[in-house]
Amino acid sequence: MSTIQTEAAVYSAVQSVVGSLHMAHTEWKDAPGLPDFSLLKRLARDQLIFLLEQLPGKKDLFIDADLMSPLDRIANVTILKQHEVDKLYKVELKPIVSSSDQLCFLIRPRIQTVKWISDLVNADKVAGRFRRYKIIFTPQKFYACETVLEEQGVYGDVTTDEWNFYILPLDDDILSLELPEFFRDNFLEGDQRWVTTAGSALRLLQSVYGSFSKVYGIGRCAKMVYESWRELMEDGEQRTRQPEFAKVFLVDRDVDFVTPLCSQVVYEGLVDDLFRIKCGSVEFGPDVTSSDKSIKVMLNSQDKVFSEIRNEHFSNVFGFLSQKAKNLQTAYDKRRGMDIQQMKAFVADELKGLKQEHRLLSLHIGASESMMKKKTKQDFQELLKTEHSLLEGFEIRECITYIEEHINRQVSMIDSLRLLCLLSITENGLLSKDYRSLKAQYLQSYGIEHLLTFANLRQLGLLEEQQAGETLTVMESKVGKLVNDKTVGKLTDAFSSLAKKSNFRALSKRLALVPKSGEEYDLRVPRDMAYVFSGAYIPLSCKLIEQVLERDGWTGMEEVTRMLNGQEFAVTGGSSSSEARSKTDAQRIVLVMFLGGCTFSEISALRFLGKERGCRFIVVTTAITNSSRLLEALLDNSA
Amino acid sequence: FVAYRGQTELLGPLRKIELYEMGWNLKDGLRECLVAAAPYGGPIALLKGHYRRSPSARPQLEIYSSSGLPLASFPWKSGVVKQLGWTVSDDLLCVQEDGTVLVYDLWGGFKRHFSMGNEVSQSQVLETKIFHSPYGTGVAILTGALRFTLATNIDDIKLRRLPEVPGLQEAPSCWAVLTQDRQSKVLVANGSQLFILDNTACTPVTPPGLSPQASSIVHMCVSFSYKYLALLTDSGHVWMGTSNLKEKLSEVDTKIKTPPKQMAWCRRPKSQQPSAVVMWDGLLIVVGECKETIQYHLDDDSVLVPELDGVRIISGTHHELLQEVPGACEEIFKIASMAPGALLLEAHKEYEKESQKADEYLREIKEQSLLSEAVRQCVEAAGHEHEPETQKTLLRAASFGKCFLSNFPPEQFVSMCRDLRVLNAVRDYTVGIPLTHTQFKQMTVQVLIDRLVYRKLYPLAIEVCRYLKTPEYQGVSRVLKHWACYKVQQKEESDEVIAKAVSVKLADAAGISYSEIATKAYESGRTELAIKLLEFEPRSGEQVPLLLKMKKSPLALSKAIESGDTDLVYTVVMYLKNELNRGDFFMMLRNQPVALSLYKQFCKHQEQDTLKDLFNQDDDHEELGNFYVKASYKDQRLEARVALLQSAVDEYYKAKNDFSAKTTEDEMRLLRFQRKLEEEKGEQLVGFSLHDTMTTLLSVGLHKHAEQLYKDFRVPDKRFWWLKLKALAEKEDWEELEKFGKTKKSPVGYLPFVEVCIKHHNKYEAKKYVSKVTPEQKVKAHLAVGDMEGAAEAAIERRNESEISTVLSRCSATTDHLLMERLNRAKATAVKK
Repeated sequence: MSTIQTEAAVYSAVQSVVGSLHMAHTEWKDAPGLPDFSLLKRLARDQLIFLLEQLPGKKDLFIDADLMSPLDRIANVTILKQHEVDKLYKVELKPIVSSSDQLCFLIRPRIQTVKWISDLVNADKVAGRFRRYKIIFTPQKFYACETVLEEQGVYGDVTTDEWNFYILPLDDDILSLELPEFFRDNFLEGDQRWVTTAGSALRLLQSVYGSFSKVYGIGRCAKMVYESWRELMEDGEQRTRQPEFAKVFLVDRDVDFVTPLCSQVVYEGLVDDLFRIKCGSVEFGPDVTSSDKSIKVMLNSQDKVFSEIRNEHFSNVFGFLSQKAKNLQTAYDKRRGMDIQQMKAFVADELKGLKQEHRLLSLHIGASESMMKKKTKQDFQELLKTEHSLLEGFEIRECITYIEEHINRQVSMIDSLRLLCLLSITENGLLSKDYRSLKAQYLQSYGIEHLLTFANLRQLGLLEEQQAGETLTVMESKVGKLVNDKTVGKLTDAFSSLAKKSNFRALSKRLALVPKSGEEYDLRVPRDMAYVFSGAYIPLSCKLIEQVLERDGWTGMEEVTRMLNGQEFAVTGGSSSSEARSKTDAQRIVLVMFLGGCTFSEISALRFLGKERGCRFIVVTTAITNSSRLLEALLDNSA
Repeated sequence: FVAYRGQTELLGPLRKIELYEMGWNLKDGLRECLVAAAPYGGPIALLKGHYRRSPSARPQLEIYSSSGLPLASFPWKSGVVKQLGWTVSDDLLCVQEDGTVLVYDLWGGFKRHFSMGNEVSQSQVLETKIFHSPYGTGVAILTGALRFTLATNIDDIKLRRLPEVPGLQEAPSCWAVLTQDRQSKVLVANGSQLFILDNTACTPVTPPGLSPQASSIVHMCVSFSYKYLALLTDSGHVWMGTSNLKEKLSEVDTKIKTPPKQMAWCRRPKSQQPSAVVMWDGLLIVVGECKETIQYHLDDDSVLVPELDGVRIISGTHHELLQEVPGACEEIFKIASMAPGALLLEAHKEYEKESQKADEYLREIKEQSLLSEAVRQCVEAAGHEHEPETQKTLLRAASFGKCFLSNFPPEQFVSMCRDLRVLNAVRDYTVGIPLTHTQFKQMTVQVLIDRLVYRKLYPLAIEVCRYLKTPEYQGVSRVLKHWACYKVQQKEESDEVIAKAVSVKLADAAGISYSEIATKAYESGRTELAIKLLEFEPRSGEQVPLLLKMKKSPLALSKAIESGDTDLVYTVVMYLKNELNRGDFFMMLRNQPVALSLYKQFCKHQEQDTLKDLFNQDDDHEELGNFYVKASYKDQRLEARVALLQSAVDEYYKAKNDFSAKTTEDEMRLLRFQRKLEEEKGEQLVGFSLHDTMTTLLSVGLHKHAEQLYKDFRVPDKRFWWLKLKALAEKEDWEELEKFGKTKKSPVGYLPFVEVCIKHHNKYEAKKYVSKVTPEQKVKAHLAVGDMEGAAEAAIERRNESEISTVLSRCSATTDHLLMERLNRAKATAVKK
């Protein structure tokens, strides 16, 4: 420790960074301890093994592609082999080559997959081949799937089971349902089948970790999940044990679309945006590893280097890492002048740790280098600037021009779409003229199939055309004939801000989401959650959570909830006696459930909020999302 | 009038307890009656006059409780009954000559019927036996063809035809059903030969030590537990042994050679003294291990009912229980017994008399440290006594003895008191279930409650549940549910009254399923009542299946949606899909968006065409358009694609979505154009976006065609310039680029020219365009080509602080020293301004 401190004194330039990180670290210790979520993994593993044993003998296991990584976190290949799994295949919806007499399918309850299995069974029947088939649906089976089995005439040939693997703990404070399709199914297709799944997940948490004293929520889906959860609780037995969480907050993704549409600039979020974190691990390519092969790294609190930088703004990260590298060098340098005995102790106790740290450090340095290369480039700066302008509501015309160019130059299919959506939400829809021209250009760039994408985006309210008949448009076109283009733009801006009741603007004003521009924001010493977006915007979702926890309910936020289409609720849970223990650790742990996904930026913001308030947040999400995943879920350009 | 009198008569090792004086009034007693009495003190069925086969005089079927109280009576209108019998759940089975078995409840209500198979109905039933096993109640039939057919469980009928018995010319002299090795078998006697019939084979067997003088086995009986077998030979010998025929227990000569009417085992579990009872007209003989037999006269025609721990004897007037004297009772009540229990009883008697002898007795027991044994004996004996007074005396003695024991566990005593209270209640004449304690323990409280419920003795059942503290879910709630199910079938009361009565009674009972009660109401034809009752069901999911059954589909659908359970919604939707015609089905979905979107999800994968129909039905042209567009790019053939797109165009126009229509038309034009070019130039183009098409055309030098697209498709100037710029730079056709730059004023400005050249590492070319760049972009342009001086110049000229800073940040301290100074100065003035 002392070496590190003396070293730090030398490099005073970066000291403040390290200092603030150190501060943060000590504060964390003060925060309440978290429940042990590895129990959930054990439960899931035991059940899976039980299910596999229901089909005794050697069998081939087919696994849904998106279940591969989560499964790997629960039971690795060795465990599967121990339970007589012979070969492992990924479900590819193609004919199979398996010589096994027993086929086991571990899948999500999707009609498509079930249909594929039915086809396999029927093909075997035609070929006169006898096999045993077992489908394990996770986390539950749906009637529709069974209907398909029935309609395809294989209901009697297949046995089905459920693996109630509801929750995968990704980290100490992140629990994921690993259901990316939740977002599209629930919000776009209006298919509510996952609601009970979310309810069951909460029920599972409750049965393992105790009941909650208070539940808040906002959004239609949140309300339904709560209802489903409540019903499950009524059905089962009540347990009166000391709860490990105090409060639960349920929030629908469609309450706040702005946050996931913004570019992420906090390290963990940025890694996700650039390299795509999958199920808590990331594959760094050759440009990061500076070798010819890719390396898979787990990103969680076990990684000491990562855990210190994950919540930092990326502009701080490089400095911190180089400091860390120097410290490491010093630690290595200790070897010099050691006698044999000391050297022996060093090799035994420290070297391994140092080597490990070294490896991780070099990876993260590689990653942040690659990040800097991409993100400090001119165009990224301009992109951020446009985003910030949109959030603040300034220079909208320039932004539109920027987006237009972005589309015309085919810079990025998803990014263009993202900017369009951001523009539409912050401006409460696009002017008809702009909407049509931008849409036409987009279709020219990326093909007519995106007509469907646009239909989806409109349905979700992500990208809308302002309804015609609004006086503004008429005015504008009249003015347009009189003055030149640029003036029209300016006038339009002026008009829109005056005449329209833009919910985002109003919300942003009421909740002070966008700090006053022009003020210096020191990203090294963040003063509020806005730091996760370079000080330009406080995530709406997190702000809502902060406000509700502060007020212990929705009182005084009537206008805000009205603008968010209501559907808010606050319920006091079972044991009122827990109020008396308000000082216990449990009371300072808040479970936040994001229905439809949450971003790493939001998690970072909540971690920051927890530090400020001396509490801790546990995030339960249907999946980790970011702008690309969110929008890709809504694309309709492929099959 | 006390109907239950515990008059106990000792008959050697056996005792005979009078259970009831029968409440019925039978003119001819049990003569000429077909009688069946259910074990465990169950009901008694009589079929009177079934021998007279004239259509004018129909036989009468009567059902009584064990105490002879009438439960049902009706004339028998079906075929000739060969045998009556009771199932384990107190249902009456009537086996007809043709092999049909009719099932009635104990109130005489017809439940169902089943057949024992074609073979039986053709060759007619000769004899029948109804038997009980762990698998339920079974029926065994000997047909006219001398073959056995057997069903082990009438609730899950699997008929088995047993193998032929060799040499069987006429009906066997006797037979019985055995349950061994988890299988039901038939033991048949043909003369002196004995066979065991199982599923596959007919095996001859010989009972060990059967006296040789017998030429024929005339009667046989199997014990209640199927463990023991008794055979009666024509020589009047009773052979007793294990039913696996491996061991002989004894053989006794009854000295009577006429065939008996009935024979039954009379033994209690774990007893060492097996005894069988053989009954002739007016005579009953008990045979045991010793050569002596006990005989006594019967005044009346009687029936033997074997029980777990004895035999009940039912006559026209009386109902008695014959059983081996239980050990504890014998110890205590034996004359001059010195057993600890007997001494304790004596001690207590003296104590009541306030005599000091009490102490002497007590001391005697304590000296042998047998006091706890004494208490146990008294408690146990109390359980076996039927007379409440005797029970009380014994329990008081036990309680007295307990006082002198410091840590005697109280459970046995307490539970015995409870059990006896329940037993006395159900043995009551009005209830008429004469259970012994042993039977009660075997039967369990659950089953007893079921039986009470079945007899509609709801208040008593609830009392029993409460008294025994049965968990509400299995106890009171269950009884109430049955009560409610019965209540809803009462035709005379109005729906409102019943619904109210049910809801009031069931209000706070836990775990009541109203849907079950409602189902009952519906089954008895009261749909309205069922709907009313369903309203009380808190779990909307539970309401759905019945609502569907009642054809209340809209209600079912909305309840399913209310439940939030999508599986349930699917169930209803799928049901409706098959039930309704398409139009009605769609109409119904239209009013239920949740169901509609679920169904759409299903159709997307399973029934694409239905999806189209759904949109059509709704006149949702927008969605139809989208549907066709989607379909178009799944199709590989160009003609099909264009045709589908044309359909989309039509729909979009109908939806008044000119934008989408026009765009789609453009796409059709583009597709045709791409195909034409593909054919002409061999470039892969079909399916590309407009942008990509143009990029491809430009990159292969088909500038004219690209330009044609540019004009035809109203491509914005900017896009075209970007495209061309990029294409030319990629080919490093700098000459053409320069020419292009001069064609007219660039709509994208000239900075892109600079950047594109730099991107392809041509600083020389890049510099050509720097001068053309707008003032706002000058600095950027200079920086792009690495001209620090120029950049500084431009920035200073524009007095723009941020631009100056940008340039400064790019300067290196070593080489651009002077420049930096200048910039810093300029920055200072700019800031001041």
